[in-house]
Amino acid sequence: MARTRDESSPLFAGNAAGTLRLIIYLALAMVLMVLDQRNGWLWRLRYGASAVVEPVYRLAGLPAVGVRTMSVAFADRQRLTEQNQRLREDLLLANAKLNRMAAVAEQNQRLKELLDTQHSLELNVQLARVIGVDLGAYRYQLTLNVGGRDGVKPGQPVIDAHGVMGQVKEVLPTTAVVMLITDPAHAIPVVIERSGLRTVAYGSRDGDQLALPNIPLAADVRAGDKLLTSGLGGRFPPGFPVGEIVSVAPAATGMFQVAQARPAADLDRSEDVLLLHDQAEPDGPPAPVKPMGPPSDLAPVTGAAPAASSVTRPAATPATSGVPR
Amino acid sequence: MNKQRLSLWWFIGTLVFALLSMLVPLPGVLEPFKPYWPALVLLYWSLESEDRVTLGLAFMVGLGADLLNGVVLGEQALRLCALVFIALRFRSRLRFFPMWQQALAVLALLLNDRILLLIVRVLAGGTLPPASWWISPFVGAALWPFLFLLLDDLRARLRIQ
Repeated sequence: MARTRDESSPLFAGNAAGTLRLIIYLALAMVLMVLDQRNGWLWRLRYGASAVVEPVYRLAGLPAVGVRTMSVAFADRQRLTEQNQRLREDLLLANAKLNRMAAVAEQNQRLKELLDTQHSLELNVQLARVIGVDLGAYRYQLTLNVGGRDGVKPGQPVIDAHGVMGQVKEVLPTTAVVMLITDPAHAIPVVIERSGLRTVAYGSRDGDQLALPNIPLAADVRAGDKLLTSGLGGRFPPGFPVGEIVSVAPAATGMFQVAQARPAADLDRSEDVLLLHDQAEPDGPPAPVKPMGPPSDLAPVTGAAPAASSVTRPAATPATSGVPR
Repeated sequence: MNKQRLSLWWFIGTLVFALLSMLVPLPGVLEPFKPYWPALVLLYWSLESEDRVTLGLAFMVGLGADLLNGVVLGEQALRLCALVFIALRFRSRLRFFPMWQQALAVLALLLNDRILLLIVRVLAGGTLPPASWWISPFVGAALWPFLFLLLDDLRARLRIQ
């Protein structure tokens, strides 16, 4: 019976000082959030604290590594042999294809030299390993075991054996965070392999699909079409597989078609990924063609200009707009 | 003296362990079932050890979690502050609840926490999470009795406050 209740936890009434402190702390947290949202303090702070943060990541990744090692250690011999056999067959097939491609690549190179373009088919890549850490952003991120010290820079594309996975978002000295293509805040310019239609694939809310919300109604798109990177925007090099269209339906507004696509890369199973080192050449639309016509010093001052432009414009539009309406 | 130091280290150790378990990923299917460990451990300590857990401590733990998590600085600080404030205010009553009632209270606290998180993310321009995102508080509440008994038992075995 002797224990007297202290002031800090009253049974019914609250004390004003506690509420005041709560308000102060909440305000402080909100100020921090706003400042971080505006200035990106958090990443600078994280970079500074990387000596603490990175070992914690490695430590948190240990269980995942442990499970992986255990699954190898306790896998039966038969399964490993089968896997080995399958890998050897894959390698044989890939090598055979490569040998055939070599001739084509050489020819392509020569043709490109004739055309005087700079694209090369060579890949300058860096192997990286995924650290199993959950960064609490609904699984739209990966952490890699390479970072600024290995020459990783934000914006580098990340691929695996099957296709594009995403791009490097933030870099710490020895780790890097990758934003996956399924992140709702991510968009990647794609081209449909069969029809050559260019469009943009966004991440979607459900987390494991891509959404293509603005395909023209008249465009020829079917389920099963493959999506490749188009190289527009200059971030992802052209020609890498992105995904495969699962379904197409008219949008609710009736102005576009909406397609859903499944990513080609194994976003949640890949352990080893490749970082592309050479970024794509800025491969945007061609420079605008100089308007044909008499030299400007010969042009009449006013009056005749509208007539002249209405003649030249219809001829110019079909040539510049590659996408069918 | 030694006992006190041990109990302090035990207190810090559980909090660090909670932060670590927050970072440990689960296999894909189980991912939405992961409870918010720092909140559960802080709740335990705020019920059991009134003098150690203050709003300032919750704020610092939250900042540490934000630093590790890398979403927005101050997000978890805000959530944990609100959680600990409510827990401390109703501490005297929560302590003497039967276990199932306590678990329900924890469920309410964790749901409140999720709502706060949702408000913060939406205000920061994020998208709405999938429906499975709401499973986590229920898992946390279901685990609460076990976590409480385990931590209590360990504390009794170590004979620390």
